[in-house]
Amino acid sequence: MIEIDGATKIFGDGADAFTALKDVSVTIDSNEFFTLLGPSGCGKTTLLRVIAGFIDPTHGTVQLDGENLLDLPPFKRPVNTVFQSYALFPHLTVAQNIAFGLEMLGKPKAEIKSTVEEMLELVKMAPLADRKTSEISGGQQQRVALARALAPRPKVLLLDEPLSALDFKLRKEMQLELKRLQHETGITFIFVTHDQEEALTMSDRIAVMNAGTIRQIGGPRDIYDHPAERFVADFIGDTNFLEAELISASGDTAQIKLSSGKEVQARANPDGANAPGTVTLAIRPEHATLGPAESGLLSGTLSDVVYFGTDTHYHVDVDEGGKFVVRRQNQPEQTQSHAAGDRVGLRFPGGVSQVLRD
Amino acid sequence: MATKGFNVRKQTGFNSIAMFCFVMLYLPIILLVIYSFNAGESIAVWEGFSWRWYVSAWENEKVQDATIRSLIIATCASLIATSAAVLAALATTRVKPWRGQTLAFALVNQPLMVPEIVTAVALLIFFAMVKVATGYTGLAYLIVAHSAFCIPFAYMPIRARLQGMDLNLEQAGADLYGTPVKVFRHITLPQLWPGILAGAMLAFVISLDDVVITEFVKSAGQDTLPTYMLGQLRRVITPEINAISTALLAVSVLMVIAFFLLNRTRK
Repeated sequence: MIEIDGATKIFGDGADAFTALKDVSVTIDSNEFFTLLGPSGCGKTTLLRVIAGFIDPTHGTVQLDGENLLDLPPFKRPVNTVFQSYALFPHLTVAQNIAFGLEMLGKPKAEIKSTVEEMLELVKMAPLADRKTSEISGGQQQRVALARALAPRPKVLLLDEPLSALDFKLRKEMQLELKRLQHETGITFIFVTHDQEEALTMSDRIAVMNAGTIRQIGGPRDIYDHPAERFVADFIGDTNFLEAELISASGDTAQIKLSSGKEVQARANPDGANAPGTVTLAIRPEHATLGPAESGLLSGTLSDVVYFGTDTHYHVDVDEGGKFVVRRQNQPEQTQSHAAGDRVGLRFPGGVSQVLRD
Repeated sequence: MATKGFNVRKQTGFNSIAMFCFVMLYLPIILLVIYSFNAGESIAVWEGFSWRWYVSAWENEKVQDATIRSLIIATCASLIATSAAVLAALATTRVKPWRGQTLAFALVNQPLMVPEIVTAVALLIFFAMVKVATGYTGLAYLIVAHSAFCIPFAYMPIRARLQGMDLNLEQAGADLYGTPVKVFRHITLPQLWPGILAGAMLAFVISLDDVVITEFVKSAGQDTLPTYMLGQLRRVITPEINAISTALLAVSVLMVIAFFLLNRTRK
């Protein structure tokens, strides 16, 4: 279990000071696939490097299973990193790269040999064991970097955007591969990415970061379906935002009056920001449907219909102001169709809209 | 190839200036090499082809003596200078920026800036005092002097190599339980080798070639090949000098070729 408490990192000083991490506290369970998700510059890589030991935090503590990690130099931490650039040793072969950590730990030769073979099997690189790392493809390098970091059996594996250099298909394959490896090895994975889809696919839990702070922590479904604030809702997936009035809230639900005057039930804010008054609602485009103008919760005019292959996006200019996008999956036989200029009504069931914190 | 704008090669006179520079640089050297094969006694009148001056230089005990001394000094000086240069290069590339780093950089490169004759005179005076104090008059003075002025030449390629290296590799080494010493030994050093060899060879050639400082620092009977040749010029000049020069030239050219090949292996 990793416990990070109040981690703050300020680079430089005086007028040049830049706060990369602001009072970050998070607990990551053993054997968890935990993702740090956020735009570039949000502090996710800084946090990873603090755990690895390449950066000392200005304040705060980092503990691994009750032991203070900050007292240990990087080479004494039972934590290994898969670098974004892979950082494979160019003068060593694939097998020698994988053996490196074990050799530094002074493991017996026989054990090193068997572990390296096991790792080569695990990442399906056995046939290329004696190649130089410059002679293998990007995807293969990525697997070697993974095997090299896993070979010493660290308690925690840190992954710094390891898939960003791969092409789309390979990335999809490696996402499943990583999830499988994490499951098989039982090692805690801390994964850094700016790709929300990657985060949703692989993680047990996700921490969404922005400007050096953690904005929300939760499972992929929690984060996607119940974003706590506008940044999270906006960063993960596409979202419609509606200004509305919160009338009352109890438990998980809030009674909302839309700008059209119609009332609907929404998910109350998970952080308890449910005071009556003006609030922002988030509604995923795929959770809303189109119908006749008079029957909708909101009505408007269709401005654009954009075909995406798997689905179609309907852009609606809402009568009371604002834009709204509805996404509908395309079916082989499309019965109902709309064209730009049509009058439409927007419908969404009670409980799919989410009240956001300001 | 259609580059717009200024093209230096299209300027009037470019070709003639270039030709002039090449002729001035290489014609004397070509003549020197040609006359090293002269059968006659003159360095200016061609009397036919012969190896006699090479044989004569090879059999000249003073040349043998000076050559061996030059090689000893160049070997020792390049080893010492390269070791110091590796440490200096690490200290100027692998640490957090520190106060006085620029000064340290300037100090390391001092022999490139200070006129050689000044260093030579300073060393002459300083070593004279040491000689009086210790009574030692051996080769060590020359070795120390050569080591000192060879350091910047060894330093440059090593530093360039260190700067071009991916820092993530050393972090990965530390991440994989390598102590700083082990990381240097197993990660940094293997990749630094081409730079170190290049630096050592450059230092070797520079030491082999030095006249000014050697002339001032050497004790009686400590001629190196270049100072021996300088001494010969005061007497009768025979094509033997040409032959020795050509041999030195060949060694230098081989070193330079090796230097470029080593630096090219970097991808």
